[in-house]
Amino acid sequence: MIVPLTHLLLLASILFVLGLICVLIWRTNVIMLLIGIEIMLNAAMLVFVAGSHRWGAADGQIFALMIMAMTSAEVSLALAMVVYLHWRKKTVNIDEFRELKD
Amino acid sequence: MEQALFYILATVTVVATILAIAEKHPVHAIVYLVTSFFSLAVIFYLLAAPLIAMFEVIIYAGAVMVLFMFVVMMLDLGNPGEAGRPTLRHCLPALLLAGITLVSLVLLVIGRGAEEGPDVLQVVSIRDFAATLFGRYGVAIEIISMQLLFAIVGALYLGRRRRP
Repeated sequence: MIVPLTHLLLLASILFVLGLICVLIWRTNVIMLLIGIEIMLNAAMLVFVAGSHRWGAADGQIFALMIMAMTSAEVSLALAMVVYLHWRKKTVNIDEFRELKD
Repeated sequence: MEQALFYILATVTVVATILAIAEKHPVHAIVYLVTSFFSLAVIFYLLAAPLIAMFEVIIYAGAVMVLFMFVVMMLDLGNPGEAGRPTLRHCLPALLLAGITLVSLVLLVIGRGAEEGPDVLQVVSIRDFAATLFGRYGVAIEIISMQLLFAIVGALYLGRRRRP
């Protein structure tokens, strides 16, 4: 290990808290909320890769790869949804999207 | 050398992420986030995961962030006046939660200190990675591919041309 595992976990938890703050604060802009989710998923990936390096097993890197595939699916669907909701309501404020049907 | 590089990159990542979430302009936020992802990719490289570092640059900083940028440009959200600013009422629960988490982190670090087990010097090679990926986790690859297919179908359905 180049640095103790504790420091890597600290960096990952700081990144996760920053993503959580982004999700909770930016309720007025759905794009920034999705960016917060990206930051949180990156923190999870950092934990997986650090564990893979610490114990010398490939499993952590594979889970990081799966998080990446999951993220690309999630982002493409979420952004298509954002485009659709913006087409319907002309806003990106989440509080306007209360009901599913009109 | 690697330690110093790691701490510099960790600082760059955290500062770029803070700037990204504090920025009211979505395009600037995305550019700061790309900076953060680049330094995180170098951290992955330092952790002996070159494949993940490469995918981080190609998929995250390349594809996903460009998709975000494309949607911001397409919906013309570039001017920050259009989207509302977060108010103090929105900030309060986030700051409370962040404070609790940071205090518990500090208590944890003070209480336990950095205890390390014996080092494992075995490094995961790309050959091991591929063998594990397509051997033990072969079913997961199939599930991920089906998930990507469903995402394509859903995005095509949501983005189809409609009458206004």
